[in-house]
Amino acid sequence: MKHAHVSAARGRTVEKPRHFGDTEAISAKETKRSRVKTFFKGLCAALMLALPLSVPATAQDAAPGPLRITITDGVIEPLTVAVPPFVARNPAAQDLAEDISRVIAADLSNTGLFREIPRDAHISRVSSFDAPIEYSDWKAINAQALITGSVLVEPDGRIVVQFRLFDVFSEQPLGDGLQFVGTADGWRRMAHKVADAAYSRITGEGPYFDSRVVFVSETGPKDARQKRLAVMDYDGANVQYLTSSDSIVLAPRFSPDGTKIIYTGYESGFPRVTVIDVGTLEKQTVGGVDQNMSFAPRFSPDSGRVVYSAEVAGNTDLYVLDLASGTTNRLTTAPSIETAPSFSPDGSRIVFESDRSGQPQLYVMPASGGDGSRISYGEGRYGTPVWSPKGDYIAFTKQNAGRFHIGVMRTDGSEERLLTGAFLDEGPTWAPNGRVVMFTRETAGAQGAPALYSVDITGRNLQRAATPAAASDPSWGPLLQ
Amino acid sequence: MISKISKTALILATTLALGACGDRLGAGGGAGGQGFDGAGVGANAGGFTPGGPNDPASAAYFQQNIGDRVLFAVDQSNLSAEAQTVLAGQAQWLNANPGYTALIEGHADEQGTREYNLALGGRRANAARDYLISQGVSAGRLRTISYGKERPLQICSTEACYSQNRRAVTVLAAGAGV
Repeated sequence: MKHAHVSAARGRTVEKPRHFGDTEAISAKETKRSRVKTFFKGLCAALMLALPLSVPATAQDAAPGPLRITITDGVIEPLTVAVPPFVARNPAAQDLAEDISRVIAADLSNTGLFREIPRDAHISRVSSFDAPIEYSDWKAINAQALITGSVLVEPDGRIVVQFRLFDVFSEQPLGDGLQFVGTADGWRRMAHKVADAAYSRITGEGPYFDSRVVFVSETGPKDARQKRLAVMDYDGANVQYLTSSDSIVLAPRFSPDGTKIIYTGYESGFPRVTVIDVGTLEKQTVGGVDQNMSFAPRFSPDSGRVVYSAEVAGNTDLYVLDLASGTTNRLTTAPSIETAPSFSPDGSRIVFESDRSGQPQLYVMPASGGDGSRISYGEGRYGTPVWSPKGDYIAFTKQNAGRFHIGVMRTDGSEERLLTGAFLDEGPTWAPNGRVVMFTRETAGAQGAPALYSVDITGRNLQRAATPAAASDPSWGPLLQ
Repeated sequence: MISKISKTALILATTLALGACGDRLGAGGGAGGQGFDGAGVGANAGGFTPGGPNDPASAAYFQQNIGDRVLFAVDQSNLSAEAQTVLAGQAQWLNANPGYTALIEGHADEQGTREYNLALGGRRANAARDYLISQGVSAGRLRTISYGKERPLQICSTEACYSQNRRAVTVLAAGAGV
C-alpha cells in the first residue's frame, strides 16, 4: 500500500499559487498509484497537504495556555470541548463540513479525555471561519476548548479543510490554524488529522487517530472458525479484507512503514510466516526452511529483519531473518518454548515469552540473541509482550487465578499495572503514540466470540471497537503520513 | 495436496458420523481435512465393507477401534500411561499397514495465549510422534502440525471440554511416506 503523501510547509500564510503547485505534483503520484487505489480505496485515499494558517490579527501568539491534560495522571474530569459545524465555503462542501466535524468530535470524545458540549447548548453560531471568536458565548456554556473549521470543495473535487483550536478561558488560539488538502474519499483521514492536532496540542502526547489497525475477522462456529485478515481505520471505519477465509490466519503485525503485514498463515497446510503486501495483496512465505512450523513473526523497527518462532522436533525457539540477504540466525537455544517476540523501538533488544522457568514468563535479550534476563516476577503466567513505540513500557497478557489481564510494566519489569481483567483478554497492541492499547477479549462458552477492545495505559476508558464480525489479534499500524 | 474429493468425503463422513451417534468424540477429532479418517462411516450398516470400520486395514477402523487420539493434562505434553497404550496400538497398526502415512495434529485448550498454544500443540504432536517412532514406525511416515487453540473439538468453556481439546490426533492418509 502507498500511504498518503503529506508535506508540511512552514509558511505563515496560505498561498494559493504555491499550494496548487504542490497539489499538481501530488496528482502525478496519484495516477501511478491508481491500480493500488482501486484495490484499496479507503486505505490510500487521502493525499494531504498541511499548511499552517495565519492567526487572526487580534490573537496573541500561541503560547501554551492552561489548556492541558496529562494522560499519565489518569484523567478524572474530561476537558469540555465544543465542535460547532464546520463552515461550508461552498454548497458542495455542506455535507462534508458536517461529517468532518462529527468525526473530529467522536475522535476526541472516545478518548475519554474530552467531553463534547452538545450543539443544542451552543449560543454562538460560527458562520465565518475568520470571524472573531465570541469567547463569552463559549465560556457561558463552559466549553474549555473550541474547534472551528471550514471545508471547501474545489472544482477538481479536492477538498480543503481548515481548522483552529481555541483555549476559551484564556481567550486565545492554541497553536496555529492548519489547512489540509486532500481527495474527497480521504475525508475521514482529514478529520482524524484535525483531531490529532487538537489532541496533541492539549495532551502533549503524539497523535494516533490517523492510523489503521490490522486484525483477524472471525465467522462461523467456535470449532470451525473461519478467519480472514482485515484492516480498518483505528475507529472501525473503512474495513478491507486482505485474505479469503480458505485458510487460518493468526496474529498479524504491520510493518513499521505500514506497507506490509506479516502473520502466521496455514495456506500451505502448515503454519508459515507469511508477508502480504497491503497494496498489491501479493503473499510470500519467508523463513522456515527445514523448520516444521514457523510462526509469531514481527518486523524489526527498520523493516529489514523479521524475528519469529520456529518449531523443530517439538522445540520452539526464536530466529531472526535478514530480509535482504535471506540469512537466518538462531537467537535462542533452550529446550523450552520461546515465542511472542517484540523488538524495542531502537531495534537493539527483543522482549519475548519463555516457559523455561516452568511456566511462561517475560525475558529481554539483545537483538543478537542470548539467554536474556527475566523481567516478570508477579504471580501467574505472562505472555505476548509488546514493546511500546515510545520505549517506556511493555504491554503483556497475564493469566492468573483463572482470569486473563492486559497489563503494562516498565521495560525492566517494574511498576507492573493491570489494565483489564476478564475471562480471556490477550494480545495487546500499542497505538502509535504509546498511550492506548488495543487487545482481544473473548467471551466464554459455546457461543463465545472475540472482539477488539482498547484501553488507556492508565486502565481507564475501556472501549469496544466496532467491527463487522467477531474480531481478534489486532495490530495497530503506524501513524499515516 | 488436498484433493477436493477427499475433503468432501471427510466432511460427508463426519456429518454422517455425527448424525449417527451424536458423539463428537467418535467423529474425527482431526482438523486438517487431510487424509481419510472417518471415510466409509455410515456406509456400513451391516456386514463387512472394505474401507469401513469393520475392515481392520481401514482408516475408519483405526479411528474407531485403535483410537486416533491421546489427551494431555493442563500445560503438559508428557504422555500418560493411557496415552502410551493408545499410541502403542497406533504404532502396531501403522506397522501392519504400511500403505498409510500419518499427520499428527497437536491441539491446546483455549486457556492460553494464541502463539504459546501453537508451540504447546507442537510439543504435544511431537511427543506422540516420538512415541510412535520408539515403537518402530518409520519417521518418514509421520509428520506433525499444531493448531494451537484454533480447532477445539468441544466448545464449552469448562474443564469437561478443555480436557478433550488438549489432544494429539493421528490423522491417516494414503501413501508410503518418504
